[in-house]
Amino acid sequence: MSDEIIVNREDWSLQRKGYLDQSRHKEKVQEAVKQQLGDLIVDESIILSDGKKAIKIPMRSLEEFRFRYDYNKKKNTGQSTEKVSPGDILGREATKGKGNGNESGAGEEPGIDIYEAEITYDDLAEILFEELRLPNLDDKKRPKISHDRPEFNDVRKTGLMANVDKKRTLLESIKRQARESHGLGSGRGSEGDDPRESGSSLQGLGAEPRGAGSNSQESGSSLQELGGEPRGSASNLQGSESDPAVVPVEPKRNLRITPEDLRFKTWETRPNFETNAVILAMMDTSGSMGQFEKYISRTFFFWMVRFLRTKYKNVEMRFLAHHTEAKEVSEEEFFTRGESGGTRCSSVYKLALDLIEADYPPAHYNIYPVHFTDGDNIGSDNARALSLMQQLVDASRIVGYGEILRTHYSSTLMATLKRITDPKLRLVTIRDRNEVYTALKTVFS
Amino acid sequence: MDEESRELSRIAREIADVAKGMGLDFYPVHFEICPPETLYTFGAYGMPVRFTHWSFGKAFYRLKMQYDLNLSRIYELVINSDPAYAFLLEGNKLVQNKLVIGHVYAHVDFFKNNHYFSRTPKDMVERMAAHAEQIREYETRYGRDKVEQTLDAVLSIQEHVDFRSHIARRPENKGKRPKTSRTRSSFIEKYADLFPEDQTEEAKDTKSRREAEDLVGYLIMRAPGIEPWQRDILSMVRAESLYFYPQIETKIINEGWASFWHAKIMREIQLSAGESLDFAVMHSQVLQPARFSLNPYYLGYKIWESLEKEMGLDALFELREVENDLSFVRNYLDRELVEELNLFNFRKVGAHWQVTDTDWEKVRDTLVQGLVHGGHPRMVVSDGDYEGRGALKIRHCHEGLDLDLVYLEKTLAHVQFLWQKPVYLETVLDGKKVVFECDNGLVTRHQVGEEGEKKT
Repeated sequence: MSDEIIVNREDWSLQRKGYLDQSRHKEKVQEAVKQQLGDLIVDESIILSDGKKAIKIPMRSLEEFRFRYDYNKKKNTGQSTEKVSPGDILGREATKGKGNGNESGAGEEPGIDIYEAEITYDDLAEILFEELRLPNLDDKKRPKISHDRPEFNDVRKTGLMANVDKKRTLLESIKRQARESHGLGSGRGSEGDDPRESGSSLQGLGAEPRGAGSNSQESGSSLQELGGEPRGSASNLQGSESDPAVVPVEPKRNLRITPEDLRFKTWETRPNFETNAVILAMMDTSGSMGQFEKYISRTFFFWMVRFLRTKYKNVEMRFLAHHTEAKEVSEEEFFTRGESGGTRCSSVYKLALDLIEADYPPAHYNIYPVHFTDGDNIGSDNARALSLMQQLVDASRIVGYGEILRTHYSSTLMATLKRITDPKLRLVTIRDRNEVYTALKTVFS
Repeated sequence: MDEESRELSRIAREIADVAKGMGLDFYPVHFEICPPETLYTFGAYGMPVRFTHWSFGKAFYRLKMQYDLNLSRIYELVINSDPAYAFLLEGNKLVQNKLVIGHVYAHVDFFKNNHYFSRTPKDMVERMAAHAEQIREYETRYGRDKVEQTLDAVLSIQEHVDFRSHIARRPENKGKRPKTSRTRSSFIEKYADLFPEDQTEEAKDTKSRREAEDLVGYLIMRAPGIEPWQRDILSMVRAESLYFYPQIETKIINEGWASFWHAKIMREIQLSAGESLDFAVMHSQVLQPARFSLNPYYLGYKIWESLEKEMGLDALFELREVENDLSFVRNYLDRELVEELNLFNFRKVGAHWQVTDTDWEKVRDTLVQGLVHGGHPRMVVSDGDYEGRGALKIRHCHEGLDLDLVYLEKTLAHVQFLWQKPVYLETVLDGKKVVFECDNGLVTRHQVGEEGEKKT
């Protein structure tokens, strides 16, 4: 074997393996976030802040499981720079990462690697909605008649004067004048360094305004029509670009709009199907429904509205509160009010049906009634509730019935409603905060 | 070759001569200068080329972050192979590299001469590259997720291989051969090179009273439900684990040896006044006693230093051949050293970390206990056909320390994934015998009562 000693330096720039596996690890952490979805979507900071804020959650890096000793029971050996004696306190639990004596590969201890994963409302919504589905979408009831709806999505140089895009027109005007004045001063400055390129473009620009002159009358009038607004803004612009070296515009010169500057909004027509949806939020506000129950239903409706908005152009929401009688209430009332008394669920089903009949013909609306209750219905009402529910199911896309319970029994109403075999009726029981996620998945699957 | 490399080559040659003159005996060493990303990648993977797994990415992230935040710095990395490879951090000062090169030669001397390394393949760089290639092929053929799942499972038990499988068995266990099916014996032939002969016999010998030490080996040979490619992955991970284990069990003694020698070598070579100062700073940083925790460089260095005083330099060469951390600490950590180094035992009492002992024998014994079996609990296969339904039974050889239950359950599920049929694990918790059962990934716990305990 050669004893030649070699010191080498290679190009390692293609060595990306560490980063690749690091991103795989990150991916797996994201998957773990997904598994926590049940907890995350009921987070108060999202539900109560209207979903505008980003929330941060501390995420541990993935653990590498193996057989290991119980760290809390284990004795360790440590070293100190000074004498210690039995009974001395080295530190509190928070510093335990440091306290780990070198135990030959005992490895890192919990609490060392924390990834602060920032989850925004949008991220969360995206992950969540990926899991949700709108069934019955190709239902026969989907309206066949479409009316063309204009969609302004393009800008052109010609068009109807009524559709002038003021902002873009002004911008063009400013740009043109800047070019013109630049053209005047082209003899000097750094532009001259590359005469061919800047020269030709300047000439091309020069030709344009001149040809446009014939129409100046018309464009002038339209400028006046636009009124004081553009003039005001023009002066502002001059003010802000007053640096003479940049825009050597003649000081008193008014902003003029030539026909070349005009920009028009143009539209395309698209067939527009009726894509309106209405959620009939129904809640039992009898005495037995407390803060917890309200929060659960609120969370559910929060995500439901946002989910439906990704599918429908307009999502309306009507709030129906009931005890033994039902009435329509405001959103705020819906989530805050509490009343005593018994429960008669049929009352709210009847109200919902009346609303549908009056305002939301099933032929044109996608109707989503959802009812939250603790299921404590007056026994004699069950039969009536059942038949009304059957009618609701017939009129709707999906009907959600949620019982928020803290016991392990389910109610007689639940048992009664189970007789409806139509898959459009989705029955869920929620016993814990994080079951909202399961409930959403059950209703929208 | 650039100027810096040429200069370093010259210095390396000079240091090699000095080291040889002092009695060190090492393989040729190829030095490579690499940028931090590369060095920290090698540090995370343990090898320049190794298979892909997220756990390495996690380690890389942590190492790299510590470097970026200036919390720690890896100056070098040396690979146990012949020729050896050493990687130097780009941007090391010249004097830092001098120290590092001396340090590296002493490590390579240790790799070459220490008995525990005598069975590690000297071409492991190439072998691991081949493993990486093979596993990548399995990924394309069977899908990344399946390969990852298998790796997750086997990596969770990678420490549970028999590092002493080469040591001969007692004769009474020989010659007992059970009937094995055709496929199984052809399988054993395929992997026979992985097992020294007596080990193979033991693995086959289910009904024997002997317990199998090598959990991974046992799964390779006998797991009923896994695919051949999965067995192959298991055997690759096992081979890599066997290769790394000697490094784990000689951390203190080897780092101490290298530090001891880099100090000696640096005293022999010409240094300017400025360099001497830089050397002193770096040397003391490397050997700095950490607050509370134990710096293996420092502990090892101090033991070697005291041994030199006691026995003279020549005797040390013999010790570096025969000792590992466990025997080194047990035999040579004495009262004077424990007191000089202010070593102590500590444990968690309530929410506090509290010093429990400073008595030197107790401190030494705790340290030794932590070094047994590389610091990992000892798990043995006690039955491969538990209760006659093909279940696997593992026994934790409880040595006074209970297991971490969260980790136990997760790891057991990994073992069950590989075994496919139910897996049982027997251990002791708070003085009581407990059996965990894992079936379909779900773990249940059984307290073993009076009637459950069978007398043998």
